[in-house]
Amino acid sequence: MNTIAPAILIIAALVVPAAGALAIALVGRRANLREAVTLVTAAVLLGVVGRLASVIFAGGNARVDGFEVVSGLTFAFEVEPLGMLFALVASTLWIANSIYSIGYMRANDEPRQTLFYVCFAIAIASTIGIAFAKNLFTLFLFYEALTLSTYPLVTHKRDAAAKSGGRTYLLMLLGTSMLIFLPAIIATGYFAGTLDFTVGGILKGRLEGPAVVVLLGLFAFGIGKAALMPLHRWLPAAMVAPTPVSALLHAVAVVKAGVFTITKVVIYIFGIDYLSATGASTWLVYVAGAGVILASLIAMTKDNLKARLAYSTVSQLAYIVTGAMLANGTALVGSSMHIAMHAFGKITLFFCAGAIYTAAHKTEVSELTGLGRAMPITFAAFFVGALSVIGLPPMGGLWSKWYLALGALEADQLVILAALMVSSLLNIAYLLVIPVKAFFGPAPDGASAAGMKEAPLACLIALIATATGCVVLFFYPGPLFSLVGLIQFR
Amino acid sequence: MSAGELAVGTAAAVAHTRTLSEQLPALQVVIPLLGAVLCALVRKGTLAWALALAVTWVMPVIALALLWRVQASGPISYAMGGWAPPWGIEYRIDALSAFVLLLVSGVAAAMLPFARKSIASEIDGDKQSWFYTMFLLCLTGLLGITITGDAFNAFVFLEISSLSTYVMIALGSDRRALLAAYQYLIMGTIGATLYVIGIGFLYTLTGTLNLADIATRLATLGFSPPMLTALSFLIIGISLKLALFPLHVWLPGAYAYAPSFATAFLAATATKVAVYLLVRFLYSVFSLTTLSEPLPVFDLLLALSIAGMLGASIVAVFQDDVKRLLAYSSVAQIGYIMLGVSLANGPGLTGGLVHLANHAVTKAALFLAVGAAYYRLRTVQEMASMTSLKITDLAGLGRQMPWTLAVFTLGGLSIIGVPGTAGFISKWYLALGALEKGWWWVVVVIMASSLIAVVYIGRVIEIAWFREPAGPLREAGRPHPSMIFSMALFGFAIVFFGLDTSWTAKLAVSAANMLLGLGQ
Amino acid sequence: MTIALTPVLQEFVAHYNQWITIFLMVAGLYIVIAKDNMIKKLVGLSLFQTSVYLLYISPGKILGGTAPILDERFTVYSNPLPHVLILTAIVVGVATLALGLALVVRINEAFGTIEEDEIFERELGE
Repeated sequence: MNTIAPAILIIAALVVPAAGALAIALVGRRANLREAVTLVTAAVLLGVVGRLASVIFAGGNARVDGFEVVSGLTFAFEVEPLGMLFALVASTLWIANSIYSIGYMRANDEPRQTLFYVCFAIAIASTIGIAFAKNLFTLFLFYEALTLSTYPLVTHKRDAAAKSGGRTYLLMLLGTSMLIFLPAIIATGYFAGTLDFTVGGILKGRLEGPAVVVLLGLFAFGIGKAALMPLHRWLPAAMVAPTPVSALLHAVAVVKAGVFTITKVVIYIFGIDYLSATGASTWLVYVAGAGVILASLIAMTKDNLKARLAYSTVSQLAYIVTGAMLANGTALVGSSMHIAMHAFGKITLFFCAGAIYTAAHKTEVSELTGLGRAMPITFAAFFVGALSVIGLPPMGGLWSKWYLALGALEADQLVILAALMVSSLLNIAYLLVIPVKAFFGPAPDGASAAGMKEAPLACLIALIATATGCVVLFFYPGPLFSLVGLIQFR
Repeated sequence: MSAGELAVGTAAAVAHTRTLSEQLPALQVVIPLLGAVLCALVRKGTLAWALALAVTWVMPVIALALLWRVQASGPISYAMGGWAPPWGIEYRIDALSAFVLLLVSGVAAAMLPFARKSIASEIDGDKQSWFYTMFLLCLTGLLGITITGDAFNAFVFLEISSLSTYVMIALGSDRRALLAAYQYLIMGTIGATLYVIGIGFLYTLTGTLNLADIATRLATLGFSPPMLTALSFLIIGISLKLALFPLHVWLPGAYAYAPSFATAFLAATATKVAVYLLVRFLYSVFSLTTLSEPLPVFDLLLALSIAGMLGASIVAVFQDDVKRLLAYSSVAQIGYIMLGVSLANGPGLTGGLVHLANHAVTKAALFLAVGAAYYRLRTVQEMASMTSLKITDLAGLGRQMPWTLAVFTLGGLSIIGVPGTAGFISKWYLALGALEKGWWWVVVVIMASSLIAVVYIGRVIEIAWFREPAGPLREAGRPHPSMIFSMALFGFAIVFFGLDTSWTAKLAVSAANMLLGLGQ
Repeated sequence: MTIALTPVLQEFVAHYNQWITIFLMVAGLYIVIAKDNMIKKLVGLSLFQTSVYLLYISPGKILGGTAPILDERFTVYSNPLPHVLILTAIVVGVATLALGLALVVRINEAFGTIEEDEIFERELGE
């Protein structure tokens, strides 16, 4: 039996995408070789992460003790079940995204593809760093690296809209992280004496009263990648990016890093018992709950498909944050599972949006009526993804929403339960209507119907894979459950 | 004199001759001084550069040896010419001065390879050796200020470094360099004279010029109006030199129009040594932290630092000239350093001191990168007479000179304070220092000025990476390897000092502990 | 005949050296700030520096002291150290003045004028 030390696996998980980025940069000129490098790197990463997962499932743990930067700040890694979940999601979907990107970028003949793949790889490396960080400093380092490495991706098109969208993206994310997140980290370090993620939290007994409320609020809003309203503006602004980037941002890396960080802070910095005892998170439950509804309402008004999906993401992220702020085990199970479920569902939706743009050059929802007949596979996948996001069986999204609802009940937050229900209804209204109209609506007029065909093959493969993932996660949520079950809350 | 007496005298002289290592403090200053004289005798620019290179590469070796000795056996006291202090001039090296010595000499050594092509391009052939003469004189002055333990000796070295700086600036290719040099001369001389006035009052009060001796005598004298007057003059005089807001007016012009290498060197070292001098006076001589009734000095410095941090950052956003932009950024960063100094507690002072090193490395990288771009642009036919570098001239630099822009980006990230870069370490300590005093709003100010840095650095990076190269830039090639070498060193240092702080933060911590009288 | 002076005036007269120093200091600074002509500015700077020389040397004279040359007949000497310091400072001042004047010559060549306000206008117009 192969016994690679877990510590080596962690380092490998970080080095592989980083080395891949370097390799891609070196072979940039030869497109086929470059795409091969990307795919190989993604596959190797999945292998390493999978190996690590088997260690975690077996009940072991993996840690890299790293080194001290200054006294009080260490650069170290430790794998715990939630981080493992995040890393698994990220590495699985990276392969899908890479396949999709190859199809999309070639079909649209996008320029600067080498830079694209290099930045992607660096972003994934940063994501793995966030997933496996042992303390807030290491996490923050990779968090900022993620912002910086995705900036060239967001501004890929280099036109005026891209520049302006990129500015909003960068300023909002760096602004929240520097003005709010970093002070929160510093304050935590100052009061708790450590920044390590610890079972049961590190703040018990160190911080009392309103200070806890304020600190939690600083974290919630400072972690701008979680797009908690009203600091969500960067998400729709980042829609100027090419669709593979949006898929990455909204399913795999950036937003998931945000809600993952919030969840980790809730579990391992504050501790759910401490939060329930102090009641510090109750106001944030309402803030997030409001975000769930508000974002859904805004999504309904958007005709641009990617904008609608963006606001849908804001809403779904607010679900995860609500669950985290409910601060009980059940809700957190729901939140953690939703990280995975939503990832698969949303990436499918974005893949479809990109496929529609590539094949039919349509970007507005109103233009999609009747398109389903020309692009049946794409819209079928869209249907599957939409069901998952809404939370209807037989899609995986049901499980996470179920547990979130249970968690709301457990915390006696019936208002929140109602909000979750209402939002699901709204989701149906603005998501499900798209494939329904595409299949059953009147066919588009002759001139535009002539050139319709399905999306490029690589794109199709990717979106079929992720859509299948949604279905599989419904029928076999076992592994996911056991992984989430391993999370120690106290 | 008989032969016997001569023999006895020689033997005595030989017995008096100490080993080389004991003369190191003197050598630290004498070698660059002699090097300057030699450079003045040389005609060819390249030969002068080689001479300067040899001298500057010896400097860090000496500084390192001194540092090790201080770490092993405590502060070193060297009596110049064998005359015992406090009557003779004493060179005194402790944790703080060893740190600054290593910083200045290390930066100069790492930077000098860059100068060969850069100076050759910006200064006429016959004046190049004069430039290197002035450079070595400036280095002498800076090292001398750091190493001396005598107040008036510090003034002499201060003026040596200042006068040579004025000349270095005036050698810039733009005629506005002359104006900048003149303005700096006027303001710098006023500053130095105010410093001398302060020393005069101190001498009248205590009767001695030796810094350690003054400290002892001031402690017994207690507070008095002449002491306050002396303190005021000293603070204002040195603040003029370190470009503390609002006495920074000379800096943007000086940095913008001086030769690129000179700007890089000055930005990295000159203001840092002035900070050292101020810290030495505030903490070691006046012992302001141990006064029974505290003076509002630190509050005043705090207010000015914050004004500088925010004000200069905002002004930087509106600059079109790249060097001017970086100059205002420097004023803001000096605000950071002085913030640490005025917090006057362990983490705060550590943050200020460690930012001496971190900012030196950062600004060096930035100015060298800009200098490299400037150098290459000037080689293009139609830009041969350009004298200032607008941001728009850098459009598309990412394509033509990726390594240069990579170094610039690293420097920019360090200014912003992204973790993993040196700038973050300083911010961390500064924030901790502010928290220890319970001043939350200072933490917000630090973060806010970092955010403004995102804007002005982002502007340059946006234009350099995202626009297509304009006509002239397309013909510009890569910079010379010697320039890339220096830039790469500093770029590497930015990341290295961001992750491994044993050379920067550890030294700063021991220096701060020594100044504040805390245990190691 | 001694003039009877009020105590305040006595204080004033007793410290006449300090008052002269202050006057020169302020006059020099004023000239630097107020005048636009570059050479005049340098003159003001020199005045300012000269005041500092007086600041050091005048307290160095000990009333009743003789020149600082050791001799058995005398016990009270004037202080030689300020003189040493000021010699250094004078040298520095001379170097500064020379450099300043050299700069003014070059500025005149480059700009055609040595009036700061004219140069400023020209720079703004450029």
